Amino acid sequence: MAEPFSGTDTVQFRFRDDEAVDHAAVTVDAFLGQSNASAVRIEPGDDARALLPQIGQLRLVEVNFPSFMDGRGYSSARILREAGYTGELRAVGDVLIDQLNDLRRCGFDSFQPDQPLDAEDAARAFAVWPEVYQPAADARIPIWAKRHGH
Amino acid sequence: MYRYDSYDQTMVDARVAEFRDQTRRRIDGKLTEDQFKPLRLQNGLYLQLHAYMLRVAVPYGTLSSAQMHALADIADKYDRGYGHFTTRQNIQYNWIKLEDAPDILADLAKVEMHAIQTSGNCIRNISSDQFAGAAADEVVDPRPYAELLRQWSSFHPEFLALPRKFKIAVIASETDRAAMRLHDIGVKIVRNAAGELGAAFYVGGGMGRTPMIGPLIREFVPLDQLITYSEACLRVYNRYGRRDNKYKARIKILVHELGADEYKRQVEEEFAHLLTLGIEPPLAELERIKTFFVDPPFEKSASDDLDRSDPDFALWVDRNCTPHKQPGYIAATISLKAVGGIPGDASAAQMHLMAELTERYSFDECRVTHAQNIVLPHVRKADLYALWQQLDEAGLATPNLDLIGDIIACPGLDYCSLANARSIPVAQKISQRFAETGKGDMLGELKLKISGCINACGHHHAGHIGILGVDKKGTENYQLLLGGSEGADTSLGKITGPGFDEDGIVAAVETAADVYLAQRQDGERFLDTYRRIGMEPFKEALYG
Repeated sequence: MAEPFSGTDTVQFRFRDDEAVDHAAVTVDAFLGQSNASAVRIEPGDDARALLPQIGQLRLVEVNFPSFMDGRGYSSARILREAGYTGELRAVGDVLIDQLNDLRRCGFDSFQPDQPLDAEDAARAFAVWPEVYQPAADARIPIWAKRHGH
Repeated sequence: MYRYDSYDQTMVDARVAEFRDQTRRRIDGKLTEDQFKPLRLQNGLYLQLHAYMLRVAVPYGTLSSAQMHALADIADKYDRGYGHFTTRQNIQYNWIKLEDAPDILADLAKVEMHAIQTSGNCIRNISSDQFAGAAADEVVDPRPYAELLRQWSSFHPEFLALPRKFKIAVIASETDRAAMRLHDIGVKIVRNAAGELGAAFYVGGGMGRTPMIGPLIREFVPLDQLITYSEACLRVYNRYGRRDNKYKARIKILVHELGADEYKRQVEEEFAHLLTLGIEPPLAELERIKTFFVDPPFEKSASDDLDRSDPDFALWVDRNCTPHKQPGYIAATISLKAVGGIPGDASAAQMHLMAELTERYSFDECRVTHAQNIVLPHVRKADLYALWQQLDEAGLATPNLDLIGDIIACPGLDYCSLANARSIPVAQKISQRFAETGKGDMLGELKLKISGCINACGHHHAGHIGILGVDKKGTENYQLLLGGSEGADTSLGKITGPGFDEDGIVAAVETAADVYLAQRQDGERFLDTYRRIGMEPFKEALYG
């Protein structure tokens, strides 16, 4: 796993080693209507499952958070990871320090906040939980599994 | 009762550290109030009319004496010497300073307590039957299932920005003492025809401005799928619950608008998918939790006799005590509804005393009830008189459980920034009035519930008599509702007609009580008479 890097104009944190997609993401509607895009942007009201038949061609999915209070994007992210999507999953928009860890657990591996985040506070936020109570889209082992020697 | 292991303690300690850091960033101006608000709410901190209010979680209402002592100490150290037990079995403090909050959370963590997710648009503290483990009619103790759900729902990364708050209640008796069907999810542990334990799921109940009784979504979820099914219920809600209108964002509106059948279909589809992922804790985890809820070491030969020669004691036994599954034992309810008092309030001294009595007489365990009282669940009948004497001396032996004086009331406009009207003075006047006239004793079971606004924290929809405070052109006005109930026979109260002012509502409650006294037949409670004769005779007396 790569160390997160800071300081780009757009993507502030990225936990991937591969080359980022260099073209703009299209809307879900546009994606479903054309066959060759490899980057798509999901809005809160979009059904992430609509992408699944063509998931293999995607290398970047952006999930937009117009407001950090709208949590639909967390479910969208998990649904894509549960379906086996391994490409970049980028949280875009009103992305704040105190949501970083939850987003990460739901499968996001890059972050493009509207406002740049304090790097030190962000590093602390990514590491806030020494343990987790439940499995999610990350590889973390839940407490119940550790208790029972799994 | 459940005790933390090093994992649970690590999580709570991490949360305290996280909130300390968030508070620092807020005070440094790195977080705006809009950004900080959901964070403080998920740590139980509300900004009220006069100060911050801190709501502390009491998981399924169960407390040890050490925890009750700690709650008393917090009242003394950080508040004004008292706390307020709530309708969701929690406790809240009304006079908290923001800068003290991290220290209070640290004090709580030392006694395995926290304020995690007691507010905000997330899964809240899980409530249960106050007689769990003591009730003669339970299939099994419901609390291990509540604890399993507590751990699953704590810091669940997908469900921390839900459309709206989400409340779960777990029961395991035919008699519903937790208003289970008025919750976002009501779980009822049942046995199927084969004798296996499982969970019935009722989804989409709630109070607030659009009260709904939760429909049965699934009759039987096997115990090794409980978490997976809950996750499916929540995911459908997180994706499709309304976010365009705060007042239509609870799951009850989604279930109502989709229809229970369509909601169920979507949940089943998601459930089938989630089952393939292996997110369910093993049954061994449930078994581990269950070991914390085994019966205390009851004295098998404890006498079932009670000396009832003191009439005041006998009255309290009849009113405030509940049969126990173990011969020789009884469950005693401490009323926090002294005549003219504030419903649910307890002073630090009273909390310390209740803690001592908990340790001495109830195997170190007490419960908070959703009716804002305290239960000592496992009292030896031989100890009951001594217990009562100590309660009586401290003003904690009011014999009024389930009577009109046992009022549920929200904090109302005295504290709450949402309220339209005061609740506390109305509750005080009514309890005084019925005590003075002696009518309170004549009425028998009569559940009176008061909310200071349409959000219904005082459960007015579920009161045999309900009172709803509203704002009428800048003055406080009170609507009267009749016929609500929250038990196995859950029903929603109906408004009688035009509202009343503060003195008028006290008189109106008395008028309604008089109609019942004049019309009741043998053995009928207020609610039974209302259901038999309907609204008209009451309307006639109130407005005719």
